[in-house]
Parts: sequence; structure tokens; C-alpha cells
Amino acid sequence: MFWYIVRRLFQGIPVFFGSTFLIYAMVFAMPGNPILRMFGDRTPSAEQVAALEDKFNLDQPFFVRYFLYLGDVFQGDLGTTFSGQSVNDILVRTFPTTLRLALLAVLIQLIVGVTIGIISALRKGGIIDVTALAISLVLISLPVFVFAFVAQYFFGLQLGWFRPTVGPGAPWQDLILPAIVLAGLNMAYVIRLTRASAIETKQMDFVRMAYGKGLPERRVIPVHILRNSLIPVTTNLAADFGILIVGATVTEGIFNVPGVGNELFKAINRHDTPEIVSIVTILVIVYVLVNLAIDLLYGVLDPRIRYVK
Amino acid sequence: MRIPRIAALAGGIAVAAALTLAGCAPSGGSDTPASTGVVTFAWSEPENPLIPANTNEVNGGIVLQNMFAGLVYYKADGSWDYDAAESIESDDNKTWTIKLKADQTFSDGSPVTSNSFVDAWQWAAADPTLLNQYYFIDGVAFQGGTYDGGENTLALNVVDDTTFTVELATPRADFPSALGYTVFDPLPKSFFDDPKAFGENPIGNGPYKFGPDGWQHGTKLSLVPNEAYNGPRKAQNGGIDFMVYATQEAAYTDLLGDNVDVVEAVPTNALATFHDDLGDRAVDQAAAVFQSFTINENLPHFSGEEGKLRRAALSHAIDRKEITDVIFNGTRTPARDFTSPVIAGFDPDNIEGSDVLDFDAAKAKDLWAQADAISPWTGTFQLAYNADGGHQEWVDAVCNQIKNTLGIDAAGLPYPDFAGLRTEVNDRTIKAAFRTGWQFDFPSQANGLGPLYATGSGSNDADYSSPEFDKFYDEGLAAQSQEEQGKLFNQAQGVLFQDLPAIPLWYSSVTGGYSTLVDNVKFGWDSWPILYGVTKAE
Repeated sequence: MFWYIVRRLFQGIPVFFGSTFLIYAMVFAMPGNPILRMFGDRTPSAEQVAALEDKFNLDQPFFVRYFLYLGDVFQGDLGTTFSGQSVNDILVRTFPTTLRLALLAVLIQLIVGVTIGIISALRKGGIIDVTALAISLVLISLPVFVFAFVAQYFFGLQLGWFRPTVGPGAPWQDLILPAIVLAGLNMAYVIRLTRASAIETKQMDFVRMAYGKGLPERRVIPVHILRNSLIPVTTNLAADFGILIVGATVTEGIFNVPGVGNELFKAINRHDTPEIVSIVTILVIVYVLVNLAIDLLYGVLDPRIRYVK
Repeated sequence: MRIPRIAALAGGIAVAAALTLAGCAPSGGSDTPASTGVVTFAWSEPENPLIPANTNEVNGGIVLQNMFAGLVYYKADGSWDYDAAESIESDDNKTWTIKLKADQTFSDGSPVTSNSFVDAWQWAAADPTLLNQYYFIDGVAFQGGTYDGGENTLALNVVDDTTFTVELATPRADFPSALGYTVFDPLPKSFFDDPKAFGENPIGNGPYKFGPDGWQHGTKLSLVPNEAYNGPRKAQNGGIDFMVYATQEAAYTDLLGDNVDVVEAVPTNALATFHDDLGDRAVDQAAAVFQSFTINENLPHFSGEEGKLRRAALSHAIDRKEITDVIFNGTRTPARDFTSPVIAGFDPDNIEGSDVLDFDAAKAKDLWAQADAISPWTGTFQLAYNADGGHQEWVDAVCNQIKNTLGIDAAGLPYPDFAGLRTEVNDRTIKAAFRTGWQFDFPSQANGLGPLYATGSGSNDADYSSPEFDKFYDEGLAAQSQEEQGKLFNQAQGVLFQDLPAIPLWYSSVTGGYSTLVDNVKFGWDSWPILYGVTKAE
């Protein structure tokens, strides 16, 4: 197990170099000079453009710039934006918010989705099964901004249950509404997966055996059925968590969540190479780690899974 | 005689109401602000450190505007008055003597002297990596302004602690009106020790200073009134919180819920409804922003006499009113000249040739046919725009009108982003007409004419060169009276209407709004809300 983790972590190293290089190359290939953008409709003089290109190392060849950047990264400095802000500070500021939002969204999916999924499986064709299917299908077919605006309008502005946008400091209670929106989008998958998987598990021999030896339902359902149905759901939720921490740009924008998605969007608009590369690289690393954690979680859920060195 | 109590009370209320309506207390009057609530403003992180010489966009600019007092300030209507200066005078419009008001201090207690201005300007002019270095060289041609830098770049001369002189390269009658721009703000001595730290925590001499919470990146920036400031822009509220918003949509939603007080831009998806949503609290007024499209001389079929005819034909082929009404919901005003209605001297009725902006299909066809007689038209007329700026709708509409009126192929040419478009415009490699715009830096017509159309100017994207225009422009710049200047600038614009180096489209409007919790919200000529005048009960 220990060596398995070590080996997986070492696999992250080529991923790190590969992703920084690819992203750096792609940002480098973006057409247009970011210096000109800084001046808006005004045209700067050639001298000013040259001086600024020199200041931000934009006049250096690609590999020089890339290695200058890598050198800084190994000293723990993810670079400085055009505005002179440290990318480290930006990440420290935005990433926890995105992480909290993603956690909340996954938690809502887990609690609501899995519960409804199990109930649907146990009472197949019942009223909860049918209603949940209908609602989740509507949610899944709506574009995110429609669902987000409607939720913001009704629950935020009309009913006043939530603050329509996230307030200063992004407190937990303000994140609930955007988390519900994000959770709603993936809810259908969670419900359907749990339901299908639970129906399958319900017919397994060990479940019949459990009932047969006289165990009560409150023990059979959570321990025998639920636990054994969770693997596909976990995979799906993990993938969704990965998507969410990379930043739900649209939802973050509508609810004014000061997260990674928006910061990245703005950085791309500015062609701010160090910021784009650093944020995306961090996200890649987090994604790798989350996937590792999920793989380890499989072993907890199903002791038959063994990790090979 | 004793005044009956009721009458006294009523009188008091009337005076108070008058003061509130006027938006600001008389200068040098009582020190009590009209209100004590903290006004919140929808904002986003500035793109550059908060240094006057390096801030050229609204988010940084509006903070600096409230933290610094320049020599002059602008009133809502675009006229100027003295702020830190007592007088700015010249006999020949070339050598200017500037006297400061006595006993002014920065919020850290250090004195505001001639050197606060002179050193700040010299510093800004010497470093080409500062975005606003431009203003000391092309924007306002100071004597000695060059790009090669050096310690004492500009011909500035300190006479005493409150007096200094400025030498300009060419006579310029509107020089004082330029000085309200934040670029020309003073800097305290402490700035030069550590400009980087200053950019995070600036110290100014204006109506506000950083509050105890200061600047919490990504969340908000808090300003509180600066007691040391005694000028005409005294804060009328208990402070300003600049709240960071990721999108205009989120800010607008919060405005509807009274969670933010002042919003300076209504998102596109609310333009059709914001008057209904906000009622009297909607702000919709002309801005000092001129929109156009430009065709460089080097584009085939657009040089010489043929080019002139084709430009005029294109201009006549566009129904500006229809587009501003239908696509922009009336938040643009069809252009009538090359400046803006909010800039002093706006006088399109007296400019010769301005009828080229009128929609006239028959005339357009006729002019186009005349051009075809010189050299027949081939290919597609393309209008380039940046796809990240919400331009597609109007570009498509303009192209459709051209297509329908002139019977030629016309289409928009999208560039993924602004940087991409500007790079090709700047390199002159662009093979199409392209959208252009100009936001005035200071309320003077000269600012919208010289930098764009004078021979060899920095932002002359059309490579336009007309000795006739240059002559009228230079004479107008040096004119001794407003009237004379207006006449000359009108003649200069008359030349532009003949040649159409840019084809005027419309003026932008500022669309904003304010919450039910605040009063006395006014937007200035520069489209920025005048935050120091806003009142809010606690």
C-alpha cells in the first residue's frame, strides 16, 4: 500500500512537466501581443512596447521563458501577474473558496442523490422513484446558466432565503445556493447510478443470505446494499469533484464566488502567462491527487481490491 | 425679531435639503459630512498597481481619483475647477506658472509641495514601462518629453514650495483642463523609497485614504474620509467600500437586492429592462466615448480619391439610428461629429460636411458607382472586431446594411480577443476595416482629435495625414479663446468629414444605477460615479 502510493506520486512528476510545458506552449501560441491590450484603444509607441516586453520577458525565446519560469517555480515562486500580484497569493486566496464550493456540492450530491437512489431502488416504480427521475432529468437537460439564474432569482431575490450573490469572505451559508446549482447538474447521474447499482446488489446472494439469517432492514440496507453499491457512484462523484475544483467558471461568475474559475478566465483574457500556467498546473496536480485518493477509497469500500506494488 | 420655531425648523430643513440636492457642501464649509454611511461600489481588481503613472483603467483609476487631489478636478458636466492648485496661468499658453494652495498635506502628514508634483511627473516621464508615460510625451507634449528617459526629462522648474513652472513643446490653451487626469497627481516623498509597497497601499492628498481594513485582495478595498483634505471635493459619506465582483451580472443582481449601492455598468442582458427595474435610480447618460471604424489607406480600393468616395458611400449606407435603437436599446447615440456631446465645444451643426453621417441609400449607391468608375470593386468588405467584447451584433448589422444598400458582399471578421486584433492593427498587417473607439482622457476636444488624426500621432491607426487638418488642429490648440478654438476645431473636423480617416458610428452611454439606500448619485463626464458626493444614512 505504501509503495503503491509512492509509485503513484512519482508518476505525478512527468505529469507536472508535461502539463506545464504544454500549457506554456499553448499560451505562448496565443495570437496577439498582451502589451497592446493593456493600452486599450490607444496605441503605445514602439519604445514603450519594447520596454514592457523586456520587463515581462516577452521578448525572450520560448525555451528561455519556459526555463526562467520553471526556475522560479522550484524556488516556490509561481510568478507575478502583469498587475504585480504574486500568483501564490492569488492561489491562496481563490483556491480554498473553490474547494469549499466543490466539497459542498459533492456533499449535497452524496447525501441527497444516494438517499434518493437507494429509496428508488428499494421502491422501484414508486412515487419517489418516478418524481426523482423526472426532476433530475429536467435539471440535467438545462444549461447551467439557466438553472443558476432561475435559482438566484427565486431563492435569492424573490423568496430571500439566500443572499443572491456570495458576500465578502465567501461564508459557508452563501455558498449553499451555488452548491445546490452545481449539485443539481450532476444529480441525475448520482441517482441513476446508485439506483441501478443498488438494484443489482439487492439480488446478490450475500444480501439474500443476510435477510435469510434474520438481519433487520436497518442493518442490511446501509451495510450490505449501500456499501456494495457505492463504487460506481464514488467514481462519478470523484470525477465531478475534479471538474468542480478546476473551477465552475459560469456558476462562479453568476453567484460572484471569488474562486479559481474566474481568476483563470480573467488571466486568459490578459494573456497572463505565469498566472495561467501556474493555476492550471496546480489544478492538474490536485486532480492527480484526488484521483489517487479515490483509488485508495475503493479499497476501503471493497476490501477485495488490493493494491499491487 | 425672534423667528417663530416652526419657520426656523422649516428653513433649516430647506437649507439641509438644498445642500443635499446640490450633492456637496460648499467648499471650505463645515467639516461635518452630509451623511455617515459607508457607500459600496461594485468593482473589480485593478489590472495594475495603484500608482497614478501606471493606472489606465477604470478600477484603479476610480480609487486613485478619490484618494488624490490633482491640480484641478472635473465637475459632473466636464468643466474644471482648482483642487490642489490656487492658480494655473500663462501668457503664451506655452510657459505655465502653477501656484498651489498653502498648507496642504498628504494623509500621512507630509506636506504637499511643488516637488510632490514635479518629482512625480519626472519619475513618470522617465520610465517607458509605465503605462501612462505616454501622457507626458504625446498626450500633452511637455518640453523635453522623450522616450529615452533620464532624471530630469521634462522642462519643469521649482520656484518655491508652492510655485512651479511648466514648459510645453507647443502652445496649448487647454493645458489646465488636462491636469485633472489622475496621471498628473502628486506623490509623497515616501513613494520614491518603495514604489512597489506604495502600489499596494497608496498615500494620497485627496478626499479619502485607506481605511483600517485597507485592501483585501479579491474581496474589497475600503476607503475612509481623509480629515487632512480641505479641498472642494470633501467626502459626503462615511467612506467607500469597493466590493470585488466577478461579473457585471452578479453586481447587477446585488444592486436589485440593495446589497451594493452603486453600479457603473449594467450587463448587456439587463439593458432592455434596467429602466423598469430601477426607475429613477437608473443612470443612462452620454459618455465621452466615441465609436467608429477605421480603414487604413493601404487597404486595396481605399486610397486616394477612390478611397474617399468609398468611405463616404459606406458612411451613407449605415442607418446609425436603427442600430442604436434596435441593438443597443438606445444606450448609444448616433454620432454627429468626431468628439462627444459631453465634451465642451460640441457643435456638430456648425461643422461642414457632417451630413455624410446621414443614412442616404441613393447617395451611397451613387458615390460607390463613382468609385467603381475609377477602379471596379472586387471581393468582400470585411469589418474586423474582437469577439470577446460583445461587438458581433452591431458589426453584423452594419455589414448587413452595407450589403443591402450597396449590393456588395460585406461580413464581419472576428478576432478571438482584443490583443489579437490590436496586434494586427498595430503591425498594419490587418487586411480589413476594423472597429476603433476612443475614450477621452480629459474633457477637451483636442484629446479626441490630435492623438487620432494628426500626422504621425501614436494612435493614428489609419496613417492619416492631412496638412490642412494639422494646420487647423495646431492653430486651435494654441487659440487664445474658447470661441476661436471651437471654430478652428470645427474646421479641422470639416476636413475629417471630407476624408473620413475613421467613419463615426455612435457615442457610448454610461448605464448604471444605484440602490434605494443612497442619494445624490451623479455620474461625471468620464462615466465614473462621483463617489465623494454620494450620501447614505448609517
